[in-house]
Amino acid sequence: MSGSERAAALPQWTRAAATWRDALLVTWAVARRDRFALAGLIIYAVLLAVALAAPALAPYNPLDLNYRPDGDVAANEAPSLSHWLGTTNLGRDVFSQVMFGTRVALVVGFVAAFGVVVLGTLVGLVAGYYSGWVDTILMRLADVAFGIPFLPMAIVLVAFLGPSIWNTVLVMTLLLWRDTGRVIRAQVLSLRTRSYVEAARVLGASHVRTMFVHIAPNVLPLSFLYGSLAVGWAILTEASISFLGFGDPNVISWGFMLQDAYNSQAMARHAFYWFVPPGLCIMLAVMAGFFIGRGYEELLFPRLRRR
Amino acid sequence: MSQLLEVTDLRKEYPLQSGMLSAVMGARRVVHAVNGVSFALEEGGSLGLAGESGCGKTTTAKLILRLLRPSGGSIRFAGRDVAGLEGLDLLAYRRQVQFVFQNPYEALNPRFTILRSLLEPLIIHDIGRSLTERVERVAMALDRVHLTPVETFFPKYPHQLSGGQLQRVVIARALLVDPLLLVADEPVSMLDVSIRAGVLNLMRDLSRERKLTTIYISHDLALIRYMCSVAAVMYLGTICEIGPTAEVIEHPRHPYTQALVSAVPDPDPAQPRRPVEIADTVPTPFQLPVGCPFADRCPQVMEVCRRVRPALLPEAAGVHVACHLYPAGTREAH
Amino acid sequence: MPLLEIENLTVQYHTLRGAVQAVRGVTLSIERGRALGLVGESGCGKTTLARALINVLARNAAITGGAVRFDGVDLLQLSGGALNDYRWRRIGLVPQAAMDSLDPVYPVGVQLVETMRLRGGLTPAQARERAARLFALVGLEPTRLRLYPHELSGGMKQRVVIAMALALQPKLVIADEPVTALDVIVQHQVLRTMRELQETLSLSLLLITHDISVVADLCDDVAVMYAGRIVETGSVREVFAAPQHPYTMGLRNAFPSLRASSARLVPIEGYPPDLASPPNGCAFAPRCPFAVQRCWGDDPVLMPTGGGRLAACHRAMEADVLRIQAPQAFARLEAIGSQAVEGGAPGGGIP
Repeated sequence: MSGSERAAALPQWTRAAATWRDALLVTWAVARRDRFALAGLIIYAVLLAVALAAPALAPYNPLDLNYRPDGDVAANEAPSLSHWLGTTNLGRDVFSQVMFGTRVALVVGFVAAFGVVVLGTLVGLVAGYYSGWVDTILMRLADVAFGIPFLPMAIVLVAFLGPSIWNTVLVMTLLLWRDTGRVIRAQVLSLRTRSYVEAARVLGASHVRTMFVHIAPNVLPLSFLYGSLAVGWAILTEASISFLGFGDPNVISWGFMLQDAYNSQAMARHAFYWFVPPGLCIMLAVMAGFFIGRGYEELLFPRLRRR
Repeated sequence: MSQLLEVTDLRKEYPLQSGMLSAVMGARRVVHAVNGVSFALEEGGSLGLAGESGCGKTTTAKLILRLLRPSGGSIRFAGRDVAGLEGLDLLAYRRQVQFVFQNPYEALNPRFTILRSLLEPLIIHDIGRSLTERVERVAMALDRVHLTPVETFFPKYPHQLSGGQLQRVVIARALLVDPLLLVADEPVSMLDVSIRAGVLNLMRDLSRERKLTTIYISHDLALIRYMCSVAAVMYLGTICEIGPTAEVIEHPRHPYTQALVSAVPDPDPAQPRRPVEIADTVPTPFQLPVGCPFADRCPQVMEVCRRVRPALLPEAAGVHVACHLYPAGTREAH
Repeated sequence: MPLLEIENLTVQYHTLRGAVQAVRGVTLSIERGRALGLVGESGCGKTTLARALINVLARNAAITGGAVRFDGVDLLQLSGGALNDYRWRRIGLVPQAAMDSLDPVYPVGVQLVETMRLRGGLTPAQARERAARLFALVGLEPTRLRLYPHELSGGMKQRVVIAMALALQPKLVIADEPVTALDVIVQHQVLRTMRELQETLSLSLLLITHDISVVADLCDDVAVMYAGRIVETGSVREVFAAPQHPYTMGLRNAFPSLRASSARLVPIEGYPPDLASPPNGCAFAPRCPFAVQRCWGDDPVLMPTGGGRLAACHRAMEADVLRIQAPQAFARLEAIGSQAVEGGAPGGGIP
C-alpha cells in the first residue's frame, strides 16, 4: 500500500477516540443492560418530541385567555374535549401549558448540565493535573460551593441578577460544578501517574496538550455520568425557584404552573387536573435523569453493582 | 570520543510526609532518592544501571528525561545543561531523548488507536509535511519493529495487543523522532520469558544500526550483560561500582557487587555458586549513614567505613569503585 | 506411592467469552521429600492448578474432571471439615503475594499464633511456644514476633508467610511465586532457607514460578507447563541439560545468562494460544520450528521417554537431534517474523 492510499483510508481510524460516538454507544449499551435506564431514555425521547412539537401540537397559546361562547372567561374549567386538562383561574389551557413547560424544563436541564460538565471537568482537569497551589485554590473554591446552602443561594442570585431562565441556568452551573470538579480531579490525579501520560511529556507534549488530548478523553465517561445526574437536579431546581415565585413570569414552566395553582387555591378546590400534570412531569424528568445516571454508573463501576 | 551525556554529582531529595508523628515532632525528613551520582556516556555507548528496588535507578532516569528536576548536581547533554531548558529548547531536547517504559500495558493511551498514538510524536514535533507522509513514517516505524503487516495494527487499540507487541509499539514511538539517546526502564520485566529475547534483540539491533546511545535500567545483571558495554551498580542512591560490563560481573570488586553477582540464580543447575553473605536489613534512604551507605550490611566492614563516605575512584581495568577496601595507594598493586 | 498424585485434572473458567480451559488434563505426581518446580508463562494455568489442588478456586472456576490423591485419598471428593483437615494441616500454602496480605494492624507473631489456634486448635501457650520455634526455623529471631509487618523487610515478611504455611507441620507445601517480589540477594537467601527446611523436615514442595533459574536453584524435579498442559517432566538436572520438548529447548536460549558469554538470544516467536478455543493439535505447534503435519491435527499426550522422564511431543524420540538444531531453527523462525507464525501456516517443519 502506498502512502496516499493509506492516507485515503484514514478517516475510518485516525480520529482520536471518537468521544461523541463513544458516548452514544455507551448510552446504547447502558439502555440494553438496564431497563430503568431504557425507561429514562424513552421518557427523555418523548419529552424532547413534545418540546419540539409544542407550537404545532398545543391546541392553544399557553398565555392566552380563553372565553366561553357566552363571552365569559373560561376560568377554572374541568377537563373537557376542548380543554383536555381544564383551564386555570385566568382561563388558560393547562394542557398547552404542560407542553410548553417541557421546552423550558429541557432547555434548563440540558444547558445547565452541559455547563456543569464543562466547568466541572475543566476545573477538575486543571486542579488534578497541576496540583500544588492551583489545586489548593480550586478545591477551596469547591469547598465554598459545597458550603453554600444551594436553594437559598440560587434564589438570592436569581433575584439579584433578575428573573430569567438564562440567569437560572447560570446560577445552577456556578453552584453545581463542584461535584463533577471533585470527582474529575480525583480521577485525573490517578491518571496523571500512568505511563502514557508520562510518555506524552517525554514526547514533548505541552501541558495543555497533555491535559486535553491525553487525559481528557479518559475522564469524559465520568463527566457524562455526572452530566446525566445534573440534568435531573437542574430541572428540579428550576421548578423550585419558579414555584417560590422567583422565576421568569413570562415563561411558562412546570414550576410556574405549580405556583400559579398554589396561589389560586387549586388544591383547596381539588383541581387535580391543574397541579398533578406538571408535578408528574417534573417527577418523571428528574427520575429519568437519575435512571440514566445509575445505568452509566453500573457500566463504569461494575463493582458497585448489587451482589 | 565526545561525551554525549555527562552526569555530575546528581541529587534528588523528596520531603517525606509521614503523617502525624513527624508533624508533631516538627522534623522535616528527607528521602535521598539519588545521592551524588556521576557518570559519563559517550556517543553510541550503552550503559546499564543495575541495582535493587529503591536504589534510585528509575529516579536517575526520570531526572535525565526531565520528568523530574534535580535537587543538586548537573546533567549535561551534548554540552548543554538539561536542568535549565525551557520552551523550544526543552522541546528540542525531548526530541533527542526518548524513553521505553517498564509497563507496556500502561504506556499507550487506552483511547487511542495504535496509529493515533504513533502520529502523536510527529504532530508534536511537526515532522512530515502532510498526513500522508506522517502515516508513511508510522508504517516504516512499525515495520522496523517487525509488526507487520502494518495496516492490521493501525486501527487496533492497546487492549487488543499482547505485551510483547505493545512494547514494540512503544519502541517504535520512541524511534519516530530519531532520538540520540534512548533510556529503557526494565523494558522486558513485564513480558513473558519466551518473548523477552525478541524485544531485547530488537532493541540491540536497532541501537547498533542507528548508533543510538542507550541506557538500560534493570535489576537483572544478566540482561545488562547482554545489552550494555558499561555497567554501573547502584546502592541507596549512589554508584558503588562502574566499569566495562564483563569486568564488573566477572571480577566484582565492591562487596555489594560481589553479593549481587553471586546471588543471581543460574538456569544451569550444574553451575557451581559461592554466595556472599550479607545481612537482610531494611535499607532506608532517609537516614543515610555518614559513612558508606553499604556499611550496615557489608561483610567486610571496617572502622573507617562508618566514618568516611568512600569516593568513586578508578581501580584497575577501567573500573571505578567506591569502597575503602581499595584505597588509592594499593590501586596499582591490584 | 507418591505423596500427591494428580490425574487428568481439568479446570474451566466461565467468562463472558465462554468457557476458558485453564488446566487441560494435567497428570503429575510429587514424591515424598522432594521439591517439584512447576514452571510456565503467565496464563499457562500453573496458579489455577495449584489452587485446584486444595480447592480454593475463584468463584467462576470449576474442576470439571480428574482426581487429586493425597496419600491415596481423593481430595476432590472431600468437603467441609475433612477437606480443611487436609487443606491446612497436611498441605501448607504460601499464596502468591502473601507477604502483602499480612494484616498491617497486628504484630506478625499475633497473626501466626492466631492461625495455629484457629486451624490447629492449639492452646494459646502451645501456639506461642511453637511460633517462637517456627521463627527460629525460618531464620528469624523470635524477638521479631512482636514487630508489625511494616517494620520487616520483604525477605523477612516472606519468611513469616513461610512460617505460617509450616505452622501445622504439613507434609506438603505449595508455594506460588514465593520470591518474585524480592530483590535478588534476599531472593537467594529465602530460597536457601526453603531448601534447608525442605530437607530437614523432609517436606514435599511444589514450587510454582515463571523463573526457570529459581527452579534450577531449589528443586529436584521440574514440570514445564504450556497452555494448560504439562509438556515435559523429569529431574531438574536432566531436563535442563537435555530438554526433550521443543518448548523447553526454546526457553533455554530465550534469556541471557550472567555467566555465559553473550551469544545472541533466540526468542520463541508468536504467542500462546487462546484457551477459550484451544487448538486441535499440539498447542505449541504454531510456535514450534519442528512441527510436522501430524502436530497440527493430533494433540500429543505425555509419554514416558525413558529414565523416569515424560514428554508430550510427537518427535520426543528425535529429541537428541532436534536439540542440536534448536537454536538455529528458532532463530530462523525469528527471522521469518512473528506474522508467519501467528498465521498458523503449517510449514515450519525442519527435518
